[in-house]
Amino acid sequence: MNVVVCIKQVPDPNSPGQLDPSTHLLKRDGELVLDPGDEFGVEAGLQLVEKHGGQVTVVSMGPERGLDAVRKALAMGAAKGVLISDDSLRGSDALTTAKVLAAAIRKQDFDVVITATESTDGYTGVVPQMIAGLLDIPAVTFAKSVSVEGDKLTAQRQTETGIEVVEATLPVVLSVTAGVNEPRYPSLKGIMGAKQKPLDRPGPADLNLEDVGGASTGQRITAIDSAPERAAGEIIKDEGEAAKRIVDFLADKKVI
Amino acid sequence: MAVAKTWVFADIVDGTPVGAALELLTKARSLGGTVEAVAFSPQAESAAALLGEYGATTLHAGTDAAYGELLLGGPAADAMAVLAEQHHPDLILFASTYLGRDVAGRLAAKLDVPVIGNGLELSANGQVSVGTSIFGATRNVTTVFEDRKPAIVLVRPKSFAAESGGGGPATVSAVSASIDDKHRGAKLIERRSEASSGPKLEEAPVVISGGRGLGEPKNFEVLEQLASLVGGAVGASRAVVDAGWVPYSMQVGQTGKTVKPAIYIAVGISGAMQHTVGMKGAKTIVAINRDADAPIFKLADLGVVGDAMKILPQVIEQIKARKG
Repeated sequence: MNVVVCIKQVPDPNSPGQLDPSTHLLKRDGELVLDPGDEFGVEAGLQLVEKHGGQVTVVSMGPERGLDAVRKALAMGAAKGVLISDDSLRGSDALTTAKVLAAAIRKQDFDVVITATESTDGYTGVVPQMIAGLLDIPAVTFAKSVSVEGDKLTAQRQTETGIEVVEATLPVVLSVTAGVNEPRYPSLKGIMGAKQKPLDRPGPADLNLEDVGGASTGQRITAIDSAPERAAGEIIKDEGEAAKRIVDFLADKKVI
Repeated sequence: MAVAKTWVFADIVDGTPVGAALELLTKARSLGGTVEAVAFSPQAESAAALLGEYGATTLHAGTDAAYGELLLGGPAADAMAVLAEQHHPDLILFASTYLGRDVAGRLAAKLDVPVIGNGLELSANGQVSVGTSIFGATRNVTTVFEDRKPAIVLVRPKSFAAESGGGGPATVSAVSASIDDKHRGAKLIERRSEASSGPKLEEAPVVISGGRGLGEPKNFEVLEQLASLVGGAVGASRAVVDAGWVPYSMQVGQTGKTVKPAIYIAVGISGAMQHTVGMKGAKTIVAINRDADAPIFKLADLGVVGDAMKILPQVIEQIKARKG
């Protein structure tokens, strides 16, 4: 069974992001990491091939520096990396991203395409469904647990009110939530071995994608403003009186 | 682009449209033009009265029994693509829910049109303009759609209030698109709800949420006790949901629920952007955290630096005493 995992390199979620005021593009000059959400996807892919055979290929779109994220996934155990970098793809929206990823995925052997549920930086949250639409295969989304038997994938997916158990015939796109597994750390051997693993660097033309890119996304940012700050409140240190202060506060607000 | 026709995708649960669909219809009325709803469920027709009351003149209803048995994203997007080519909506609104995302993403790919996600504001003065917020709601971004139609927008639930427009039942127009065999392999086997007692998280006037700082899962019991005393609901941060302490249905934040209670009490929650996006709209915020530098204190109207597991039991006792 072969698995393609879509990954993205994002600004470290622990440091606040910034937009370039003139281009409205995300500044990528700070620390960049493999999207923490994608680590669950890579782990889910590795667990499937460990059980059923086959290999994991990671596919990513992003600038040259995105190689670091691909290498991390290779160090975790993926067999092959594909990174599509091109200036014409800067500022791509969700649909363009999905088109590029779907074009690269089509060139791979796959039974399951795994993604996170959304990227940590952009979080439009529809790329997995778009990829499934473009590949014309089912999407099993927001999975909390996954198993495969024969040509059937079964997943528990989270919903607003609980859990749904769903099943789909392969091939499928599978989006996994954080918490679906415990992502492994790359071993030293894995990190060393990653450098020898095959890395494919197709350009948009190799993927027959001449007409996509930032300029053709059909939407335009017209303003970025600071959100109004909440007024500073009262901060107290608990020295035995905090409970009374909270109760008084709740009473004042007519909660009790 | 002017908005002559707006569609609202309505998720139907047990024959009733979800609240977020009514919020979107309310907003759609204010944009001018025709407002119509689209729904796929064997019981879709029973939603016509409520959808009409909130503004839909027509309900495009797919009522094939299979809509209740399959993963809805694929067949619903296919049917909507066919409908859109027949009826030419300018704007299609989805609630940013699991189902909304499943259908909207696939529909956009099918129609080759862009999507704006996480919408919080919406206007249509000449062109459709969507307000979103990024970086943990510290920046507001306004994005407009250019010429491609329809514009597809996912709107976070609770962005708009649902208000009845006093309309009569929507006229039901049957969706005749057949379901392609390729979708029939993706099935819903079982649905389990994680029912909780007390008010729903999204509707409760008081929400008490717990995070890692509670130390261990059983300490959520203290939050439950406090919630039942004040008629509130209990929420949680993503960290403790991911760790399996409490079910996802309790998660508040970017990837969870958005709540706007009168009082939000954050207990042992540091205040990561992921979380604050979902609770920043609370009228009043109380935070309890051991770490005086926790970002949650920047949002708090009353912040208490201390051990919640010492303080909250006292709070509960004192409230009980006051209530007599």
